[in-house]
Amino acid sequence: MMDWIDNLNDPAQFALFSGVKILGVFSVLMFIVAYAVWVERKVAAAIQGRIGPNRAGPFGLLQPAADAIKAFLKEDFTPGHVRKVWYWLAPAIVMIPALLTSAVIPFGSQIGEQKMVIADLNVGVLYTFGIVSLGVYGIVLAGYAANSKYPFLGGIRSSAQMISYEIAMGLAVIPLFLWVGELNLSQIIQSQTGFVGWLPSALGGLRLPNWLAFQSPMLALSFFIFVVAAFAETNRLPFDMPEAEQELAGGYNVEYSSIKFALFFMGEYANMVAASAMMVTLFFGGWTLPWFGLDQPAAGLVGGLLHIGIFLGKMLCFVFLIIWVRWMWPRFRYDQLMDLGWRRFIPLALVNIVATALWLWWSA
Amino acid sequence: METALFYILAALAVLSALLVVANPFSRNPVTSAMFLVLTMVSLTGLFVLLHAFFLAAVQILVYAGAVMVLFLFVIMLLDLKEEERRRVRWTGLAAGLISVGTILTIFVLRLGEFEAGASAAPTLEGQTPELGRLLFERYLLPLEIVGVLLLVAMVGVVLLSKKELK
Repeated sequence: MMDWIDNLNDPAQFALFSGVKILGVFSVLMFIVAYAVWVERKVAAAIQGRIGPNRAGPFGLLQPAADAIKAFLKEDFTPGHVRKVWYWLAPAIVMIPALLTSAVIPFGSQIGEQKMVIADLNVGVLYTFGIVSLGVYGIVLAGYAANSKYPFLGGIRSSAQMISYEIAMGLAVIPLFLWVGELNLSQIIQSQTGFVGWLPSALGGLRLPNWLAFQSPMLALSFFIFVVAAFAETNRLPFDMPEAEQELAGGYNVEYSSIKFALFFMGEYANMVAASAMMVTLFFGGWTLPWFGLDQPAAGLVGGLLHIGIFLGKMLCFVFLIIWVRWMWPRFRYDQLMDLGWRRFIPLALVNIVATALWLWWSA
Repeated sequence: METALFYILAALAVLSALLVVANPFSRNPVTSAMFLVLTMVSLTGLFVLLHAFFLAAVQILVYAGAVMVLFLFVIMLLDLKEEERRRVRWTGLAAGLISVGTILTIFVLRLGEFEAGASAAPTLEGQTPELGRLLFERYLLPLEIVGVLLLVAMVGVVLLSKKELK
């Protein structure tokens, strides 16, 4: 087996390893998406004092499988008044950007010679933002395709909301680039090794990891804006205007049923996972941990797998945070949402950029 | 491989650009807008083939991700039925053909002066810091002028969208 791989020429090896990585990332992502739905229902039940899904398998662990079978077997009903072509395309257009964002995330250090990232782009973060900005099309087109009032309002709301918060999100990470001086996500992780230098040594053993969210107050503010914008970009409560069920009867996905509806649902969770992965990579050290030399690229197979495990663990913490917030917060009103985005976060992010630039200029 | 990709992407760009203005199957403005998005995406592919990764990312981010979403937003708020019924005006068609013809003539005349494949290898190679240095050192004045232009447009929008001037 190893001989056969060694005998391949470079492009063939590249294609083989990339194919394996893509398959691996895709299956893990889909698995997490399926179980995020289960976690969501369990967390919701716990917060509301219910039991939640517990019929299929122990603790309801087979619930995602039951959901999937139900989604596939239900009648795929197409209402007569919809615009057919867009109606069919919209669920696919929702899924594609959600999956594409995972291409540049370094989900581990390396196994053997292979870096654990599908595409180690120099413009990594910009790629992610570009793909994320395409995510709005699926929702807008779904609203348009439905050709009825509530879905349409949902689509219009989502385009306004996502454009607004995309700006805040983009501006929020500029201080980070100024600080690190790199756009490449692997390099950004390299700059987060060890412990922070600003904690006084009088505290003794108390040390903070040198993750970017802890490196300076400006970067902590960046992280705060990024998290809020990520909630808005993934259409999660407290910013789930596009599908506000009490006022829009479900929003852009009203006219969809069976697997097409499930695709919207999966798209939302895949976006959540992608947003969590970005937060971990940009602000919380990616696959690194400052203890036991785990912040250096792994030498063997065990170390490589451990790094992937660390990354997944951190990411799942953020997925849990996003789910938790949903059941704790009421929804914002639409004008409050716009006000918060344009008149609070964008000026705050701009001030943050200037402050970071001044700090770097002064300390240089 | 790269040559084949170039021809595929170029054909896709031209074809979808044509479908934006003259779609035989649909006169729906939303369809046109989505074909414009497809044109932008094909152009991004061409930028990637030129190793201009930064431009490619920005093309997606700004044009496909922001400008076209705003286009869609505005189109959806307009009365689409009226737009679908509207006939093609001969004056508009003639003006379009003349301007496209003029630009095409300029291109052909200019391109005739160069030999195919004689261009130097790209020096930028998509390095973002290099591009930033060029923009803020050598091309600072044009950059500032573009900035002022955008500011003027923004002030204009604020002025126009105010219902009454006090």
